[in-house]
Amino acid sequence: MLPTPSTSHASFDNVYEPAEDSFLLLDTLSASSETNFLRERFGQPSSATEGTVDSPQGAPLIVEVGAGSGVVLAFVNAHADVLFGHRHILTLGTDINSFACRATRTTAEKASAEAPDGHGNFLDAVNMDLTAAIRPGTVDVLVFNPPYVPTAELPNLSQHLQYNTYNPVTGNSFEQDSHLLALSYAGGVEGMETTNRLIEQLPEVLHPERGVAYLLLCAQNKPEKVKEHIRGLGAGWLVETVGSSGKQGGWEKLQILRIWRAGSPRAL
Amino acid sequence: MKLLTLNFLTCARRACKSSADAFPLHPRDVELEIVEAEPNPSFLSNILPRLEWPALVTLCAELGLPGLPGEAPEVAELTAGEDGKGGKLAEDLHRLLLETTVKEGALVCGSCGHEYRVKEGIANFLLPSHLV
Ligand SMILES: [Zn+2]
Repeated sequence: MLPTPSTSHASFDNVYEPAEDSFLLLDTLSASSETNFLRERFGQPSSATEGTVDSPQGAPLIVEVGAGSGVVLAFVNAHADVLFGHRHILTLGTDINSFACRATRTTAEKASAEAPDGHGNFLDAVNMDLTAAIRPGTVDVLVFNPPYVPTAELPNLSQHLQYNTYNPVTGNSFEQDSHLLALSYAGGVEGMETTNRLIEQLPEVLHPERGVAYLLLCAQNKPEKVKEHIRGLGAGWLVETVGSSGKQGGWEKLQILRIWRAGSPRAL
Repeated sequence: MKLLTLNFLTCARRACKSSADAFPLHPRDVELEIVEAEPNPSFLSNILPRLEWPALVTLCAELGLPGLPGEAPEVAELTAGEDGKGGKLAEDLHRLLLETTVKEGALVCGSCGHEYRVKEGIANFLLPSHLV
């Protein structure tokens, strides 16, 4: 078992506290079936001692969308050597909540310091909607633990810019923290409104050959329907359930999809 | 935010996604801060293939930082020398990409002119259109 990054510095009044879904992502990404897949796809970095490059593609970029406390991204970064077989990875977090961006940065830096011989290179946490400001085609591995709970409506964003800013005089109001926290779990219709927007961004943001995404779903998201949506993105899109937990009446409560395109450069 | 991060960011507006002018973003009134990081020539050589070199040259010029060669170096240059540390070029790139951070200021899109704020090292790419 690899150590779980500490998030004790985060305020769980306005940032999602690591829970069963976060831990399922950690377990899945560090299971041998996924590390084998990742090492096969992104392994073999260049070696300083030999001065040669085995990997003209360079360091893979790992992006966690909606990183929240940063526990998943910090885990991937801290244990780069185990997950990817080398430390030459770049990691970047995004979140619509600026408090989550701050938490992610601290979580990733602390976890790196505790894994001095194995960590990759954490870049930054950037405040944005999903992947809005990510340069197209650059993401090698995308991870998303979405707001998946079915709700009557999505959080109202009309006051988000105010709620997104810390008020040093009054501190955060209850409404402000409730709004920020709701963004981490409230998914609208079937819990899929935000996830569907992310799925539509995958063809553009993922690297056209190497790109792979890990997406967490709950049973109410109708995972089989989501898989059909992904296969419908175009020819060559593949999707497979690679992790699950919490059987409920024969159904997996949570599951993780791996999404990628056929014809991976190394698999051929 | 590290200057290396800017290699992976562009304007958040949909209309700018296809515009060559939206990358790189242009720093405006920025306060830079050096945050020391452990040098790692082998890591640098793995970052090199990911860099949009002309954009990096532009960024350096706009920040008034020491100039980079106009052409991207060969990977071997970053690990050259008896110690495998690549000498001054590797040192310069390490400082630029991994130690130089934007603490405060703005990043401006060259296509639509939109200005994104950076506060305490965190860039804000939220647009009013995301928020309605
Ligand atoms: Zn723009």
